[in-house]
Amino acid sequence: MITRTEWALAAGLAVIAAGIGLAALRLNPYLYFAGYVILQYVVIATAWNILGGYAGYVNFGTPAFFAMGAYTAVFLIRWVKAPLPVLILAGGLVAALLGLGIGYLTLRLRGTFFSIATLALAVVLQTVMINWEYVGGSRGISVIRPSGPPFGNYVVFLFTVMTALAVLAVLVARFIERSWIGRGLAALRDNEEAAECMGVPTLKLKLFATTVSGFLLGVAGAPFPYYVTFVEPNSAFALDYAVNALAMPMIGGTTSWIGPVIGAVLLATAQQLATVTISSELNLLIVGVVLVLFVVVAPEGILGLVRRVRGR
Amino acid sequence: MAAALLEVDGVVKRFGGFTALNNVTIHVKQGERFGLIGPNGSGKTTLINCVSGSLRVDQGRIRFAGTDVTTLPPHRRTQLGIARSFQIPKPFRSMTVLENLGIPLEYAGHARGHDGAAEAADILREIGLEAKAHLRPAGLTQIEMRKLELARAMAARPKLLISDEAMAGLSSAEVDDILTILFRLNAQGITIIMIEHIMRAVMRFSERIVVLDAGERIAEGTPEEIVRNPAVEKAYLGE
Repeated sequence: MITRTEWALAAGLAVIAAGIGLAALRLNPYLYFAGYVILQYVVIATAWNILGGYAGYVNFGTPAFFAMGAYTAVFLIRWVKAPLPVLILAGGLVAALLGLGIGYLTLRLRGTFFSIATLALAVVLQTVMINWEYVGGSRGISVIRPSGPPFGNYVVFLFTVMTALAVLAVLVARFIERSWIGRGLAALRDNEEAAECMGVPTLKLKLFATTVSGFLLGVAGAPFPYYVTFVEPNSAFALDYAVNALAMPMIGGTTSWIGPVIGAVLLATAQQLATVTISSELNLLIVGVVLVLFVVVAPEGILGLVRRVRGR
Repeated sequence: MAAALLEVDGVVKRFGGFTALNNVTIHVKQGERFGLIGPNGSGKTTLINCVSGSLRVDQGRIRFAGTDVTTLPPHRRTQLGIARSFQIPKPFRSMTVLENLGIPLEYAGHARGHDGAAEAADILREIGLEAKAHLRPAGLTQIEMRKLELARAMAARPKLLISDEAMAGLSSAEVDDILTILFRLNAQGITIIMIEHIMRAVMRFSERIVVLDAGERIAEGTPEEIVRNPAVEKAYLGE
């Protein structure tokens, strides 16, 4: 008897294998370059949704977590030339600590006030990085990729790494959603006071959600320095991350793990196509228009639409 | 004489300069049907919030089943056996009625790990909501919503059930319906505190009643003693 969890793990491994297979094909390098961004957004949207979708706490500070991952990597590369797995783990842990910190904010701040605080956090951290010379300050810093990567090209290698990270993020989100933790988060999203009075340890669950969400956002940011080879505050803390992290789950549907995946793949692919065919500035315009459209027409995202068509 | 299940001793709760509860003491015995009444704004719901843990008291102590719960967060108190319904129903809107019950069953009713669905279905049958098990709260009527509040509180497997105005706005037949449920729960050994404005219901239900007025306890006694008490009449009707 194969359980659904075993199926999910098998599917995850199949996706990773497919990623490696694609890498071995050595297609047009641009495909891997764009694919990396799409996969990175799968991680970001999935991570955001653990807090924003499951627990209902809207985080506008995604760039802060992503940049924490990226700058932790920059620091470790400059300091000890740490290998990529160490960068990813360390980037995740630093961002997880930051997540734990904003988790305590939920004690006093709810709704919009929490969101504003997370936005402020991103601004504060960006200012810190601008003034920290060791990691490049406002001028930024160049990063030299390690030589002799697998598949002969570092971006292709990073594409496979990001495939694995996306699988990891989705499996974690799926596990949380289907466990007692996910049910408790849904209860506190619906009504925090009632959840608390029904025995749900809301603070503990919120801290768990902010920490795991932070960890995965940091993980998404850690390979970033090797991907772009030049890190500066404006690109690491880009507003795009905040907007996309929120828009992708909203478009896909926030109540299930598959929603952010659908949203990220659709929206990030559209953005990549627009960047090549029309203009790189059109990205955010697309997000804006699509988001407004969805909020009006399908507030529960594509998943909600599918459910409505199937008649509940 | 049964031992006290809930002891609220000298509780003071202030909001800024306003004293919502001033040195309130109530003891509720194991298995008792206890009524808490008072005019609007007298502090009934504040007192319940202090007992359930949504508010922290400024002074005084609250003991439940021999444990000092004064500083415990609400979810710990629920796990110890204090459950409440809300005056304004607060259902989990994204979940079905059955799933609503799953939360307390899993988190407070010690059903974690095994299937709580059968247990939830039993509670719904007892309360008379089994036909609505797979609806979302948005599809419920007022009385069904109140019943869901009670059912969800029951799913926490409480020793003490606090019913905060479960009958406000209901028709006379519906009030009887809720009363029957509460009597039945009490017969199963659950201590019940009823907060209610519908005098007919409180007087019929309670063995003992405490009256609050402007944050102070002004009277205590059997329903017969309370109706004859001049201080209570004054609090409700003025001089």
